Amino acid sequence: MAGADVTIAAGTRAAGERRLRPYLLFIWPALIVSSAVIIFPWIFTIWMSLNDWHIGSKQVFIGLDNYVALATNRRFLESIGHTIYFTILAVALPMVLGTISALVFHKKFRGRGFFRTLFIMPMMATPVAVSLIWTMMFHPQLGVLNYFLSLVGLPPSEWVYSPNTVIPSLILVEIWLWTPFVMIIVLGGLASLPTEPYEAALIDGASQWQMFWKITYPLVLPFLVVALIMRTIDALKVFETIWVISNGGPGTSSEVLNVYLYAQAFAYNQVGTASAVVVVFFAIIVALSLVLLWARQKAKWN
Amino acid sequence: MVRSITRRRALQGVALGGLAAPMLNTVTAYAQSGAFNWQRFKGQTVEVLMETGPRADLMKKYQKEFLDQTGIKLGIEVIPEQQARQKVAIELNSGKPSFDLFNFAFHVQKRQFEKAGWLLEITDWLKDPQMMPAEYELGDVSKLGMSFATTSDGKVNALPILCDYFMVYYNKELFAKKGVAFPKTLDEMMAAAAALNDPSAGISGFVGRGVRNANVVLWTQLLSGWGQETVTGKPLRLITDTPDAIASAEYYKKLLSSYGPAGIAGFNWNEAQGLFMQGKAAMWIDATGFAAPVEDKTKSRVVGKVGYGVPPSGPKGHGSVTFGTGMAIPKNAAHKEAAYYTMLWMTGPKMAGRMLQVGGGIPFRTAPLKDPAVLSTLTVPREWADCAAGCAPISMPGLPVIVPVTEFRDVIGTALTNLLGGADAATEMKRATAEFKPVLDKSEAS
Repeated sequence: MAGADVTIAAGTRAAGERRLRPYLLFIWPALIVSSAVIIFPWIFTIWMSLNDWHIGSKQVFIGLDNYVALATNRRFLESIGHTIYFTILAVALPMVLGTISALVFHKKFRGRGFFRTLFIMPMMATPVAVSLIWTMMFHPQLGVLNYFLSLVGLPPSEWVYSPNTVIPSLILVEIWLWTPFVMIIVLGGLASLPTEPYEAALIDGASQWQMFWKITYPLVLPFLVVALIMRTIDALKVFETIWVISNGGPGTSSEVLNVYLYAQAFAYNQVGTASAVVVVFFAIIVALSLVLLWARQKAKWN
Repeated sequence: MVRSITRRRALQGVALGGLAAPMLNTVTAYAQSGAFNWQRFKGQTVEVLMETGPRADLMKKYQKEFLDQTGIKLGIEVIPEQQARQKVAIELNSGKPSFDLFNFAFHVQKRQFEKAGWLLEITDWLKDPQMMPAEYELGDVSKLGMSFATTSDGKVNALPILCDYFMVYYNKELFAKKGVAFPKTLDEMMAAAAALNDPSAGISGFVGRGVRNANVVLWTQLLSGWGQETVTGKPLRLITDTPDAIASAEYYKKLLSSYGPAGIAGFNWNEAQGLFMQGKAAMWIDATGFAAPVEDKTKSRVVGKVGYGVPPSGPKGHGSVTFGTGMAIPKNAAHKEAAYYTMLWMTGPKMAGRMLQVGGGIPFRTAPLKDPAVLSTLTVPREWADCAAGCAPISMPGLPVIVPVTEFRDVIGTALTNLLGGADAATEMKRATAEFKPVLDKSEAS
């Protein structure tokens, strides 16, 4: 009997395969396209990272030497530090401000639609154009920001022209640019919340703060985590604003990984080193994404 | 080599019959006549890649004239310097560039192109009377210019267009107000900067490049006062940590951080230019090409008040760092001969005179600088042209001719920027030199 069962099972499997076979052909286009645009470039990048490859001269296979060199490269290690510093600020501040503004815009008041539109304008602007305008505003002698400081009696700042203030100044641009993005996601979350818990809380005499902390916050948390994940990945990959405004300077004081990568690949033509940076960078992003996805699981409504 | 291409093309023309015949017939016809003829390659289209700037503007302005003269049509693409450099390197490396002719900076790209063998050699064409008209006045092209265009083994693979000397732009009004004379030595310049610096009035004694990479050339200008360059010998050896190099870095640090504007560590030429044109800086050292904007009434507040001076001499030397740009044809270009004609036109005396007239740059030629017809129609002050003529005899290369020159500028430039933040000159220059040394050794060895 057992033998017969196996035969039947094998028979149905064979029949299933026969039935599927004509459709297997349909896998090929997708497979070819994804191999060509995703898998091949990846394998090629890893291959390049194992070579000493300078545009204009012959490539030589050197194994892991590029990675070994990176491990002691002061500029590379500093750029990782800058990336982390930048990412933490560029995620935390827009998250907090975006959530607060979402709470404000969730309330009903006159002209809400108008102000909401006004508020999300920065997000719609081109980062490069925005960056050029900020560059002008940051100019220590001719820029408008120092003029504003002088109006309220504060001493002028050097903004992006000093190694000490460059990253916080760049964060200002990031906040301006990306707070609306966080706000839209959180606002969407707030709109989807049920009203019953609030009615019950009001009957029980809860304060505004208690209602926020015990009801709104846990309910909106999954949306916050989505915003957090997207913002973190964006902040890690930041390039245009820094490239345009400070070009990684003064010196190398605002050089994040992407800017360093760009210099290696397109200014020094060191394709091998640049590929190694890409691989390390990718590992960092994947690791961080896994952590964030795990956080998202934790934050799900029970 | 060159002839064989022409002949092969001619044969193809015969084989193809009527299609391409008109153009190719003229080629064969004039190949026999033996004289230079501008119309020889008419009907062809040359794709040109130009860096943004007065040269590209002039080329666009006069392309109609060139078409009438030669029958060669130009397709001109203009992109900013940095992007153009990357595009050129990547396209030449691909072996199938989209352009037949391009302009480039000798001090940045020459060595890389030479090592990779990407450029078309034109040594024979220059000697061929069919390919080199007398009106080009090849003999008038300066030695420095031709040396820029020649590889280390004596092959010409480019033609020089323009050179930029470093000179001092100074605000005569501010100098007169404080009764300061134009400095002749670096010590006098430091004293002048101190006297003219007036932060309470928003006036800086000196302004110049402080930002990483761009700042290196200002430093090498100062370094010329100590009579040295950045590399020496064969194989090339870095000398950016010698006592003289450190002394010049010390000077750079003091001049910019004591008498420069706040935030100068982030200044490139455009920030410096902005400040100078607002009348808020007394002295500015940079390349010759900025006379046009400085004297432009719609952009500048210091029109007519600007003096142009030869850079001051230092304790051990006197120099004006010089940067050259040229034009070249990729080895695999589609229309080599027509591109070469275009190059002759762009680098020839007529266009050189025009570039001088608008203050777009100094040609690698002496005739236009002395030509009264050109000088009388200058749109910038005569003093500027005189200053450029004064820089010529003391000109010296401002950057080492090496492949990883961008990395050199970044590494040394970072050290210089750090100085403006208060770091110690000896420590920084030694660190940067040690950091760049392996990169240079590796690139010279390969």
